[in-house]
Amino acid sequence: MPSWAPLSASELAERQRGLSEEQLQQRRIVHVNAETVQDVSATDIPGHWGPGQDDSWDIERFKQGLQTKFHQNKPYDSAFSLVGVDASIANAYRRILLSEIPTLAIEDVFIFDNTTIIQDEVLAHRLGLIPLTGGQEGLTWLRWYRKPPPKDDFASQATWPYDVDDNDADSATPNDHNTIVITLKVECRWATQDEDGRDGRRMAKEGETDPNERYVNSNIYAHQLVFEPQGDQAKHFSGENAIRPVNPDILIAKLRPGQRINLRCHCIKGIGMDHAKYSPVATASYRLLPDIKITQPILGADAKKFQRCFPRGVIDLVKDGESGENKAVVADPMKDTVSRECLRHDEFKDKVKLGRIRDHFIFSVESTGQFESDELFLDSVRLLKAKAERFKRHLTELEEGR
Amino acid sequence: MAQTDGDREMADATAGADANGADGEFVREKQQLRLLPGSTDTAASFAFEKEDHTLGNALRYMIMKNPDVEFCGYSIPHPSETVMNLRIQTWDNVSVFDVLRRGLSDLADLCDVVEDKFTVARDEFNTAHPDRVASK
Repeated sequence: MPSWAPLSASELAERQRGLSEEQLQQRRIVHVNAETVQDVSATDIPGHWGPGQDDSWDIERFKQGLQTKFHQNKPYDSAFSLVGVDASIANAYRRILLSEIPTLAIEDVFIFDNTTIIQDEVLAHRLGLIPLTGGQEGLTWLRWYRKPPPKDDFASQATWPYDVDDNDADSATPNDHNTIVITLKVECRWATQDEDGRDGRRMAKEGETDPNERYVNSNIYAHQLVFEPQGDQAKHFSGENAIRPVNPDILIAKLRPGQRINLRCHCIKGIGMDHAKYSPVATASYRLLPDIKITQPILGADAKKFQRCFPRGVIDLVKDGESGENKAVVADPMKDTVSRECLRHDEFKDKVKLGRIRDHFIFSVESTGQFESDELFLDSVRLLKAKAERFKRHLTELEEGR
Repeated sequence: MAQTDGDREMADATAGADANGADGEFVREKQQLRLLPGSTDTAASFAFEKEDHTLGNALRYMIMKNPDVEFCGYSIPHPSETVMNLRIQTWDNVSVFDVLRRGLSDLADLCDVVEDKFTVARDEFNTAHPDRVASK
């Protein structure tokens, strides 16, 4: 019936009543068909389901309905389910995780000597992408360095002197409170008997081709970056908390004898929105919980074929009491990837309904190593709250000005 | 600029004050919320500077949960400019500013609840599973 058709008496009564438990459960599902998707948008808006259904914001109802369940909480890799939030909120958390949590990374590279075949800019780019880690308390103590924009970026140049953070006058200059200094000074040379216990040149003449044997420092790794604490930094970043690369075995450059690298890097705080190197997560993503409903029993050989349409563990075969044959039963929908393979087979494509639960988000937060995954998600929640609080202040200012 | 109605009181303070700020605790921020022309008390469009879908969609959802709201939508006029427009229209002479303030408060409360429940669930999980993987 079209939405504007007059309602019958029973339908009117239904509107006055509000939704039943079963209907509430039904409206949580996004239907996935062979070629189409239905009921994608959330309909829990006041007025959508008639005057009897109260969908207006109620913090207590939300608190009752919200569930958090962890599947895995390894330090840098978390998987958890958030049930009961809307997609816009879950997406906001995901977007903040990716692009708005401040992280430390190498930004400016001052190159004194680079005689390798890796070009300066390529080397600087590679250095910027190396994930760094250090003491948590020190990283939160570090302030922001507001870099002056490049001279050729006219748009930013126009607003730059006025955009400077009024609360921290020193933010426009690099100092020990906002910049970390890391140096790299290496030179590749032939291996010598006196210094390294092997004569590289003689080995080469005898036919040795492995550069690790012939030369010393032919591969430059991230663990060769040296953190140089400046001023107050020694208090916060010492010993275990020193700034170091997360993965010491990242290959930065390959050298041959006589080639040198001598550079100094300035690391500053930034956000992923400016450059992906500042993103604290390898990636943060979520998926919706799949929903499989078997409407009519699937038995025997069909059941076995049905089981093979899904990843292992999704469908279980149980002995059906009446007929004695195997019956397909949904065991663990979380392992499903909703490939819709079962809808391609005529035997059971009408006996199953696929879908996803609209408000059940299975988050996967993989940190690059600077912060722990669960702390990152908490930071993202706090950041959204900080945004809301900030705009409440701006709103007060706007109202006062009217 | 005609749109800096909200700035009239603050104009002197931001331009002429010294860099450290007059007040120790007060954090000075640039005004990031503007009212677009043609707005009335029950139907208004706001422009949020430096915001995008992250806050826009979340705020739109919180405001739509308010039964006094006739219309709420957000848009990003151009992807090259970081501005987000939010339009709110209300029933029965309810002030748009009250609705926006309530939407922001509700969003902050939601984040509080999520943070608390998440922390509790995380701590329980860590104590129950020393190897940090859910047994299945």
